[in-house]
Amino acid sequence: MLVVLIGFFAGIIGGMGIGGGTILIPSLIFFLGTKQHTAQSVNLISFIPTAFVAILIHLRHKSVEKRLVLKLILLGVIGAALGSFIAVSLNAQLLKKVFAGFLFIMGLYEIFSKKNIKKKRG
Amino acid sequence: MKNSKCQTKLLLIGFVTGLINGLFGSGGGTVLVPCLVFLMDVEDHKAHATAIAIILPLSILSSIIYYRYNVVDISLTAKVAIGSILGGIVGSMVLNKLSVNVLRKFFGAVMIIAAVRMVL
Repeated sequence: MLVVLIGFFAGIIGGMGIGGGTILIPSLIFFLGTKQHTAQSVNLISFIPTAFVAILIHLRHKSVEKRLVLKLILLGVIGAALGSFIAVSLNAQLLKKVFAGFLFIMGLYEIFSKKNIKKKRG
Repeated sequence: MKNSKCQTKLLLIGFVTGLINGLFGSGGGTVLVPCLVFLMDVEDHKAHATAIAIILPLSILSSIIYYRYNVVDISLTAKVAIGSILGGIVGSMVLNKLSVNVLRKFFGAVMIIAAVRMVL
């Protein structure tokens, strides 16, 4: 039940556009003792069904910039494969430390970013 | 000339997004959305939608690699997924009723505390 609840709160934060995954992963580690690699895989996989539904809705509203998608995915796939292979080849302690560095920077970013200043015209 | 510069930028942004998302199992959107808005001049709501379309296939690929290395816990993932789908609906409903900027700073602080705890 605690697991579903953690997912629920991370989902709320994610749904508001604040990095839900970056909150979910440390929550799983602290509250459930989940291993670093597994916690990361939980976030990767649980994103898939939600994203599928979101994409269908966004495509209907024509909000997806299709001309950009293919080009971004092209090297994105190579980056994703490389990043994942690095992650699975690091031991849990080291990956946890690298992740902590990333989390720290993300935290600073959330605090200091001024997302509402640059509003684009419709 | 501007166009070819733009193409290089796109390829690079894609690569970095994939790398971060694969390495940390998260953060692809946090990197990609501001890149699209500030570097590629995409409107905010379109940037979010476009980011999901890009990160979805990247996450599928990364998930397969994590799965092959036996670090996946299906039952844990299913429970989290149920919670986060419901939470995602609630989150997008309350989005306009709350001051997201204050929350953003609060969760930013939580992330920093968690980061410090993880290395100590």
